[in-house]
Amino acid sequence: MRTISEIQVEIIEDFGMFEDWMQKYEYLIDLGKELTPIDEKHKTEDNLIKGCQSRVWLHAEHIDGKIIYTANSDAIITKGIVAILISVLSGHTPSEIVNAKLDFINEIGLKEQLSPTRANGLVSMIKQMKIYALAYNN
Amino acid sequence: MLNISEIRKQFPILSRKVNGTDLVYFDNGATTQKPQVVIDVVNNYYANENSNVHRGVHFLSGLATDKFEATRDIIQQFIGAKHKHEIIFTKGTTDAINLVANGFRSLLNKGDEVIISELEHHSNIVPWQMCCDFTGATLKVIPLLDDGSLDMITFKKLLSENTKLVSVAHVSNALGTINPIEEIISNAHKVGAKVMIDGAQAASHIPLDMQKLGADLYCFSAHKMYGPTGVGVLYGTDEMLNALPPYQGGGEMIKEVSFEKTTYAELPHKFEAGTPNIAGVIAFKNAIEFITGLGVENIAKYEDELLQYATAEILKIEGVKIYGTSKNKSGIISFNIEGLHPYDIGVIVDKMGIAIRTGHHCAQPIMERFNIPGTARISVAVYNTKEEIDVCINAIKKAKMMLS
Repeated sequence: MRTISEIQVEIIEDFGMFEDWMQKYEYLIDLGKELTPIDEKHKTEDNLIKGCQSRVWLHAEHIDGKIIYTANSDAIITKGIVAILISVLSGHTPSEIVNAKLDFINEIGLKEQLSPTRANGLVSMIKQMKIYALAYNN
Repeated sequence: MLNISEIRKQFPILSRKVNGTDLVYFDNGATTQKPQVVIDVVNNYYANENSNVHRGVHFLSGLATDKFEATRDIIQQFIGAKHKHEIIFTKGTTDAINLVANGFRSLLNKGDEVIISELEHHSNIVPWQMCCDFTGATLKVIPLLDDGSLDMITFKKLLSENTKLVSVAHVSNALGTINPIEEIISNAHKVGAKVMIDGAQAASHIPLDMQKLGADLYCFSAHKMYGPTGVGVLYGTDEMLNALPPYQGGGEMIKEVSFEKTTYAELPHKFEAGTPNIAGVIAFKNAIEFITGLGVENIAKYEDELLQYATAEILKIEGVKIYGTSKNKSGIISFNIEGLHPYDIGVIVDKMGIAIRTGHHCAQPIMERFNIPGTARISVAVYNTKEEIDVCINAIKKAKMMLS
């Protein structure tokens, strides 16, 4: 299992190959389409993170000391970023997740998508992922 | 005929680049861009004229006051108000509605009714909910028809002697519908109700004549009319405004203050507590002159051409559905593309330098009515062109290709 830092380095490398915004967003859209959708039974009001623009559902399970996240969004670009966040954080221990610095966000030029003013639910999603990890960290 | 390329030259922001391409700005429903003259007047005010209004005996205070009051004069003419003191400066439309809704707390009782409509912006919903919660009055809602126009038959049935106020938008910010406000006003007046019109989306697009219209209250924002942010106008008839108690207490709005009893200033100062946005109010005059220089009728005619063109072009894209298809519409196109989320469309076209609005447009009840998460919205202003519409439509097509 690669560490959170190693996964981030790979993502930065992946995004480094793109020559323009279109390639980058096409990749994001593909990631969004490939995201294993959240189990319908977890698509509940409790798991819903309401953005002003798009909505995100996030579910966390604690299995064998690790946290498995599943998520979905109604907007495909948001969903693509959701997929990246899950690939970075899911399957790690609560303490690894709590201590993770998500540096890749600035490096891959998607900061605008993850700014609090975007109101697409992603900032709240990251916060919620960390809160789940904190809860299991005790 | 308006010379659009000459008009465009007056707006410096229109020649900037966004994401490496020419900016195409179609978010005018949120706020319009500002002509150079408005920017210059704001700058000049702080460089040469800054002083507080209505207070000082010194030269600069007099100058600032004269200029501030000159804007009140021009607005009186612009909207055809009978008296100058019927023009109240506010922070904006939202502030104006809150001023009135707050005042109605002392005019409404349990059993009274306030009527709004299903197409209102949240700023013409929430203040009335708060007012009704406070007073025990009941809020009634005029429903929407499928084309985004008001169900006027139901409206007439909602009216009764219990109706004390009807507050509706002149133009819907989310759908573009122009409401039949003359008919609403005359019907409401028949049962003795007062009428407030939210003109935020109308004032730079539709000619206004308050005395002909007969509204008791009408409000709008400078920043949607090529003017500065943080300035709005509440128009009210002399009778209506005198019936409303002051909104905020403070300086400027008083006649005499003692700890035993304070008496309030006459209109309009009764509603203008505190130091206003002086630079903004002064520059608003230039924004109005920009509009009247072109002629509101000419602007309306040109924007309608853009609306018709954009509507026809956008409908050529497969899977497009426009929300708000009533005959009487202002330059707003709210749409979705089958299978796509409006947020995704907005993000992709932004990458191509195009500013459109996506989301619920602060009008969630409309979204609920049509059972959608939101829409993408194109809203035009006088400086927009058919070429820009073509660029925008091509970008939407490209977004559709990428997202499908």
